[in-house]
Amino acid sequence: MLSKRIIPCLDIRNGRVVKGTNFEGVRDVDDPVELARYYNNAGADELVFYDITASVEQRGLFTNILTKVASEIFIPLTVGGGINEVEDFERVLRCGADKVSVNSGAIKNKYLISNAAKKYGSQCIVLSIDAKRVDGKFKVCTMGGRTITDIDLIEWAKEGETLGAGEIVLNSIDTDGVKNGFDLPMLEQLCNAVKIPVIASGGAGTEQDFKILFEKVQGVDAGLAASIFHYKQVSIPNLKNYLSENGISVRL
Amino acid sequence: MVAIIDYGVGNLFSLNASLNKIGQQACITNDINVINQASHIILPGVGAFSDAAKLLSASNMDKVLMNNKKPILGICLGMQLLFEKSYEFGITDGLGLIPGEIVPLKGKIHQKIPHMGWNKLDITNPSPILNGMQDQFVYFVHSFYANTNNKYITSVVEYDIAVTATVQKDNIFGCQFHPEKSGEVGLRLLKYFCEYK
Repeated sequence: MLSKRIIPCLDIRNGRVVKGTNFEGVRDVDDPVELARYYNNAGADELVFYDITASVEQRGLFTNILTKVASEIFIPLTVGGGINEVEDFERVLRCGADKVSVNSGAIKNKYLISNAAKKYGSQCIVLSIDAKRVDGKFKVCTMGGRTITDIDLIEWAKEGETLGAGEIVLNSIDTDGVKNGFDLPMLEQLCNAVKIPVIASGGAGTEQDFKILFEKVQGVDAGLAASIFHYKQVSIPNLKNYLSENGISVRL
Repeated sequence: MVAIIDYGVGNLFSLNASLNKIGQQACITNDINVINQASHIILPGVGAFSDAAKLLSASNMDKVLMNNKKPILGICLGMQLLFEKSYEFGITDGLGLIPGEIVPLKGKIHQKIPHMGWNKLDITNPSPILNGMQDQFVYFVHSFYANTNNKYITSVVEYDIAVTATVQKDNIFGCQFHPEKSGEVGLRLLKYFCEYK
C-alpha cells in the first residue's frame, strides 16, 4: 500500500524562501538549499519548489539553486512557477527536477499539458490549481488568488487529467494561510471526480489537520504545507509518528 | 567506474548525482570503449517501452548489453527493458536478459494508476542489493510491471496485487522503483550494486 505523502513547499523569490498569508505580505524565511537538506533529513517525502521570481533575468538564480538541491537531496523534486512553454519544462528538468507543476500557463494554453505529457510523460506533469468558493461553486483563480475566473474547478481538473496531467495539487484560496485545516469539501469533490493522485494544499495549522485530512478524504494522496514547517510549528518527524500512531500509513 | 547508458531516454541528472554521492565515479555514455572499461552498467529509463526499445537498438546499445558479462542494473523502464517483451502500446521485444513480460496494472487493481509514491518492500528472495531493506519504503512511478517466474523476483510491494519491485538473474539486476529518488534506502541499494562482484 502506498504511504500518504508529506510535502513541504518552498516558495522561492530571487533565490530565497518566502511564505506569506493568503499570498500577501511575503517575508524571507531561510536559505532554500539549507531548508531542503533540513526537510530531507526530517523525512519529507517530496519537495516542491515554486519560483515566484518576477523577472526572467533572475530565473538563473533559481536554476542554480535547483541544481544544488538536486545534487544532494535524493527524493522527488517538483518545480513550479513561470512554466508557460514546453521549453520551461526542459529548463528545470535539466537541473534535476522530477516533476513540473503548471498553473496559469495551462489556463492560458491547455495544450501545454498535452504537449509536455507527450514529450516527458504524464508522471512529470503536475496540474496545480488555485480555487475559491463563489456562490456555492468552486472557481479556478489566477494571480495567487487575486483573480477569479469563470472556470469550474471540477471541469478544469477533469480536462487536465484527460490532457495528460499525472497529478493535481489543489490549493484552496479560502483556507490558505488561515491554519484552520484543509478545505475538506473542496478536496472531497475533486477526489471523487479524478483518478490521478491529489495533493491537498492550503490550511494546515496542526498535526491534527493532516490526520483529519487523510481520515475524511480518503482519496487524497498527500498533504502539502509551507509556513508551519518553515517556522517549525509542526515538525515532520513528529507529524509522521503521530499519523502512524493513528493508523495512517506513512514512510518512517 | 559505473557506466550509465545514455540512449536518449530520460533525465540522468539525479542518477549521476546519487552515484557521486556514494563516492562512485560514474559516466553517462553510449561509447562502447567506455562501457568496456566500466566495472558496472546501469540502464536507466523513463517513458514508453516501445520508444525506448527503438532508441536502444538505434544506438546499438541493445547488442552491447546482450553480449555483456558485467553486473547490470536496470532502473524503472530500464528494468522492464531487461525482459523478453512488453504489452505497452502493442507488443514490443525487450532485451530478453530475464525471462518474463511487462504487463499493465490496469484491469488487475482498483487503486490509482500510475502506481506513484512510496511503497514498502517485501523481500521474497535474498539479493545482495537488498541487504537490510525489508519493510523499507522506496519511490515508484509506473503503470506496467514485470510478470515473471517467482525465482527471479527478489522483492514485491503490495498494491492490491504483489507488484514486482526488484528482480535478479545471476549478474542482471532490476528495480521497478527509482533508487535515485528513494532517499537513504535507494542510495544504499546503489552502493550494494556497485560493490557486487
